[in-house]
Amino acid sequence: MTETKTPSKLEKILRSGHLAVTSECGPPRGTDPKAITKKAEMIKDHVDAINITDNQTSVTRLCSLASCIHIKLMGLEPVIQMVTRDRNRTAIQSDILGAASFDIFNILCLSGDHQAFGDNPKGQNVFDLDSMQLIQTVRHMRDEGKFLGGDEINRPPRMFVGAAANPFADPFEIRVPRLAKKIAAGVEFIQTQCIYNVEKFELWMKLARERGLHEKVFILAGVTPFKSAGMAKYMKNRVPGMDVPEDVVKRMSGVPKEKQPEEGLKICIETIQRLKEVEGVKGFHVMAIEWEEKVPEIVEKSGLYPRPKME
Amino acid sequence: MIVAKQKDIEEIIEEVKDYNKILIAGCNECVTVCEAGGKKEVAVLASALRMYFMNQGKDVKIDEVTLERQCDHEYLEEIRKMIDQYDVVLSLACGVGVQFLAEKYISTPIVPGVDTCFMGVTEERGVWSERCQACGQCILARTAGICPVSRCAKRLFNGPCGGSTKGKCEIDKELDCAWQLIIDRLKELGRLDDYEQLTPIKDWSTERAGGPRKVVREDVRQ
Amino acid sequence: MRLQYPTNIKIICLPCTGKVDLIHIMRAFEKGADGVYVAGCLEGTCQFNTGNMRARKRVEQAQKILEKIGIGGERVQMYHLSSSEAPRFVQIAEEMTEKIMALGPNPIKIAGKKKAA
Repeated sequence: MTETKTPSKLEKILRSGHLAVTSECGPPRGTDPKAITKKAEMIKDHVDAINITDNQTSVTRLCSLASCIHIKLMGLEPVIQMVTRDRNRTAIQSDILGAASFDIFNILCLSGDHQAFGDNPKGQNVFDLDSMQLIQTVRHMRDEGKFLGGDEINRPPRMFVGAAANPFADPFEIRVPRLAKKIAAGVEFIQTQCIYNVEKFELWMKLARERGLHEKVFILAGVTPFKSAGMAKYMKNRVPGMDVPEDVVKRMSGVPKEKQPEEGLKICIETIQRLKEVEGVKGFHVMAIEWEEKVPEIVEKSGLYPRPKME
Repeated sequence: MIVAKQKDIEEIIEEVKDYNKILIAGCNECVTVCEAGGKKEVAVLASALRMYFMNQGKDVKIDEVTLERQCDHEYLEEIRKMIDQYDVVLSLACGVGVQFLAEKYISTPIVPGVDTCFMGVTEERGVWSERCQACGQCILARTAGICPVSRCAKRLFNGPCGGSTKGKCEIDKELDCAWQLIIDRLKELGRLDDYEQLTPIKDWSTERAGGPRKVVREDVRQ
Repeated sequence: MRLQYPTNIKIICLPCTGKVDLIHIMRAFEKGADGVYVAGCLEGTCQFNTGNMRARKRVEQAQKILEKIGIGGERVQMYHLSSSEAPRFVQIAEEMTEKIMALGPNPIKIAGKKKAA
């Protein structure tokens, strides 16, 4: 096992050579923390860490930082997601200190969906930094113990740094160079966009392996179960950067409506089983959007239960 | 050039309806090229407003003038002798011209007739698009001549984001993804390896964020 | 063919309707015209390629402006015909005259009279 750099439980599990399992919760569009804690309760024994999205799709929600604190107070392991769309570098560094002050040890660095998609399309956006520069910032704060401005940080944050990768976005030819770039920026774990086109993912992994990237970063494969054929079609046609092969959609449409959720789960579990065989995949990021109650079933039926106990 | 779009006539009417002596001032440069505020546009607007007021039964004097530019003292001086005849000037110049007029002629209300949009190019007659946001530190040499600040909706310096689809931006299928363009150009120039160089964090202090900007050239000041 | 057409029409000859500028249409109404129509060549037959289509776009622009200022967008129209189609020319002249009669005089003339009174 390679030495851990942070107290992160997720890091420990990955560095011990176990397959990690993470999942995500979307915070509520209101102030009731039970909306998060209830979801976390459902999945807590089946995942190693829980991501909290950050105003996903640019829709205003309870902030990731506060949600992560609720998770932490439950004794669980949060991953704070941070987008650069809504914060300048002062707020970014400040929020990192805030998260670290509550012993949140994992961060996922993202640019963020454009506000045109959300509930405030007339608002400003920030993008003082992009996701790569955010990765560099967290590493700088952790490893140099300094702010971007140069001053020393009192008790620097210790965070395990992650980012997203999308093997299915265009153009394909730079998706692996992009991974290499994020690694050069300092990223330590990656969660990919949800995978339906396993062939394409396998190709991306192959190209990554050719450059030895699979040994420089922990890649967690993203999966999302379809609840219905409608959902499959929606994701295929309306979500940018999503690749849903026609035969997967056909498989979903081919069963009667009441059987579709079951089929969606089956596809998800089969995908995980296939991905387990792909060299370089070090874990799974199960995104069961608004279907968190199925995460335990997915994890169990994929042979990923029980989760390893780490001290 | 600066690209502008004429305001809706209803908005213009709202701005000038209480006045009786209107001077419509056009500009011979950028707004002429983007057909928003040149001599022709001044003439059409003047005619429309005359008819509007006639219809309202209101007697309004509407005159037309088109200056070479409205951002240099010398050209604005050309109307000094006549401006007192008017109780408002409707300027069809970009926001720069409107303001400069207002600074110079402090006792005459100056109202804008166009919305100033961006610095850009004429793709073809009738289609103008943005190219520059005046960030004050040009990096076009690194990005093969395509600007990520003005052409990427998220002004990413290490793009593209995961929403880039078939060379188009996630927010608009008609909008080219700037990073796709940059990658294509790097390929053409045989410099695709440059893609992996990390662009460092931007100094935005020379941009709007740093406050209103000024350029001073002591070597040419008199 | 010596066909008759309404006498209230004043014809302005041009080498091509592409020569019609927006301001010409506007001035006509400003000076009291009740209606304006632009008769250009059939699509695809313009000697100068797209003069007739440019005229059409300008007429559409004029319609929008005239509508917004209360004069009435239907007072200006674009027609396409061949110069050899005399009966069509008459038909258009009659159609336009009928339309303008129904719309009444240019509102600025009425407003002008009211003021004078």
